[in-house]
Amino acid sequence: MITLTHFLVVSACIFCIGLYTVIAKRNAIMILVGIELMINSAILNLVAFGKYDKVNYGGQVFALFAIVLAAAAVAVGLAIILNVYRHYKTINPDHITDLRD
Amino acid sequence: MEVFLFYAFAILAISSALLVVSLKNTARALFLFFITLFSMAGLFLFALADFVAITQIMVYVGGVLILMIFAFMLSNKELLKDLQQISGSLFSFPSWQSLTLALAFFGVMVLGIREWNSMELPQWMLNNIQSGDVIAPTDNNIQQLGIKFMTQYVLPFEVISIFLLMALIGAAHLSRKEERA
Repeated sequence: MITLTHFLVVSACIFCIGLYTVIAKRNAIMILVGIELMINSAILNLVAFGKYDKVNYGGQVFALFAIVLAAAAVAVGLAIILNVYRHYKTINPDHITDLRD
Repeated sequence: MEVFLFYAFAILAISSALLVVSLKNTARALFLFFITLFSMAGLFLFALADFVAITQIMVYVGGVLILMIFAFMLSNKELLKDLQQISGSLFSFPSWQSLTLALAFFGVMVLGIREWNSMELPQWMLNNIQSGDVIAPTDNNIQQLGIKFMTQYVLPFEVISIFLLMALIGAAHLSRKEERA
């Protein structure tokens, strides 16, 4: 029998891996990957709790919304990364320090 | 059997995510991210969310990852170079601080889960379990989801469609090559 705790522990693991990626990586694309991992673990939690809500289907509906939001965030984020690369010639966030030129 | 499959998917997801983090080659890490997303979709199936799993595969694997790989390969060669050489250690952990932070956060979450486990389930879940309003494997999820989207959740649905349109137009505008005036 798969209980709720199984899902919670797996999603906690994935979330922490994503957190580590966001903090430690020096590549903006990898940081985006880390954010995706964190969003995915949140979606796993939503879906796991949504199993107990047949009246509203709240978990699954908002999991779908979260997927759409993540896709939009990635589209805009990658466009920004490409622009930043064109301007600074690097995507290491440690070197991108000024807001204007 | 079910539990075994769940554990297989969970181990696949976690280990491939760990590999994504520890690989130095960004292209390989991105391709490995496919496996993580696929196994996450498999985990969604165990929570009886078939439509969410399919959407995950279509949107993430078909859209987001392709976009990432495009952005990665369209940018310059310098991007492909290893950006992590600041930490010259043999182990690929760039900084032990972030590792400590992530592990500490994991500890906090595990403590929270244990605390949550020691209490009984929240009231709405108990009510739903008692009245049998729990999603069963035989339910027609997709039909129910469609009905919910068009009736109860129609306002968030419309808002999110406008938001997606805005984001796509914004991304197209941002990534346009502006001619130097």
